[in-house]
Amino acid sequence: MEIERIRPSLNEDTKPYWDGLKDGRLLFQKCGHCGTIRHYPRQVCSECFSMNVEWIEASGKGKVHTWAVSHHAFHPFFKRDLPMTFVTADMDEGVRVCARLRGDGVIPSIGMPVRVAFERLDDDLTVPVFYPA
Amino acid sequence: MPNILFEKCAISGIGETAYVRGSGKSETALQMEASLRAIADAGLSPKDIDGVIPYATGSAVAEDFITNFGIADLRLSATTPLGGAGCIAAVQNAVGAIVAGIANHVLIPIGRNGYSGARIGSRVQQLPQFRTVGEFEMPLGQIAPVQLYAQMARRHMETFGTKSEHFGKIAVTIREHATMNENTLMTEPLTLEQHQNSRMISDPLRLFDCCLESDGGAAIVISSGERARDLKSKPVYIMGIAEGHPDSPSAITQRPDMTTLGTAKAAPRAFGMAGVDHKDIDVAEIYDCFTYIVLCQLEDLGFCKKGEGGDFVASTSLGLDGPMPINTHGGLLSQAHIIGMNHIVELAKQLRGEAGKAQVRDAKIGLVTGYGDMGDGGVAIMRA
Repeated sequence: MEIERIRPSLNEDTKPYWDGLKDGRLLFQKCGHCGTIRHYPRQVCSECFSMNVEWIEASGKGKVHTWAVSHHAFHPFFKRDLPMTFVTADMDEGVRVCARLRGDGVIPSIGMPVRVAFERLDDDLTVPVFYPA
Repeated sequence: MPNILFEKCAISGIGETAYVRGSGKSETALQMEASLRAIADAGLSPKDIDGVIPYATGSAVAEDFITNFGIADLRLSATTPLGGAGCIAAVQNAVGAIVAGIANHVLIPIGRNGYSGARIGSRVQQLPQFRTVGEFEMPLGQIAPVQLYAQMARRHMETFGTKSEHFGKIAVTIREHATMNENTLMTEPLTLEQHQNSRMISDPLRLFDCCLESDGGAAIVISSGERARDLKSKPVYIMGIAEGHPDSPSAITQRPDMTTLGTAKAAPRAFGMAGVDHKDIDVAEIYDCFTYIVLCQLEDLGFCKKGEGGDFVASTSLGLDGPMPINTHGGLLSQAHIIGMNHIVELAKQLRGEAGKAQVRDAKIGLVTGYGDMGDGGVAIMRA
């Protein structure tokens, strides 16, 4: 039996983000009132409490904030991918992105520059990944 | 500072089931069994319970206790969905309700089949507090707490020079304490070498940095101090209590300071309420889902400065005869994972002088923490 992958719910708040990834664009929310950029997508700007929002395309550039390597999958779908290196990066826009690190044999460290790329998993799901910049 | 809760509320009864892998019982049955033991320990009748705070993500609801115990007039029901900080948060709710005169005897039960029931990977996906991680990180393969906490631990290690051996010392000491306990899953000592050679689960966290998956139940009854004094067991008074939530509570990856937990906000409030200082703490039961989380809490509690947890752990005995005995029962790492209710029960035993081989001499004032849901912290300070 084919094991189903874990999928996002694609609700009203999050669908634009995932649609952006499908188009090869990393989108962040920007407050329509005070301009503060936020991530992950949510309903209210915590600076000015405005619910007006626009979506901006991110530069995709950042630096490693922290990282870890998973040797256990916790969901059968990901067993084929072990080990998995996860990087959380401070993006140039001031928010963080967490994604798998690609690039053979790369051991990350805090401050290492990374850039975002996009991996199409199937018709419905494209995820962000990092490469060393 | 005066203790504003002075003898107002106490743990009047404690109860535990056997901690096992494979209970053969329902989670509701485990909660009932532990509850009946706690109520009997207090010398109460199940009908006397007028408040219940069931395990937030468990099977039993307040109605089950009304039905099973024949409670005529339940005045308080609530849940505290803070994961492993939920038990301390429940005590805080019970204290508020008792001081306000809403309830007299509040039951706080935990019971779960963490080993024989749903495994961790599928369990967290059901929790509303994990919705953000579920939407944005689980589709990438980052699913379980150990994967999220590994990134916190790495940040701490690379920023402050904390080492895996520091985590190892915590695991070894807590295991030593488990071997003194009869109701424990782990019965053999652990060496630092065994810790260092254990397989990576989520690098930098190894197998022996992770808590157990186990089945069992534990419960306490919180009563007004006035009533507790007339009951069967020695009251364990709650001196100070607080819960704290971290910045970016739903996504660790977005947290401004990834090395600080909600515990850092709760601790000064709990100490302030209790009117005691760190040097007054004789024994501490620290929520230990992962070794790193113990080290981070020692900092956030104020036993050492942020970033100095590694040196503190290396240079301070955490054993029974040292200045800082922790997890005298064996904790989640080596006794059983009962969501930290086993930590509260153990602190009560220590302060009642009933901790057996693991009894800390002259333990008068103790501290217990809860931690969960990616950063929520709970701190309680008690005395007999």
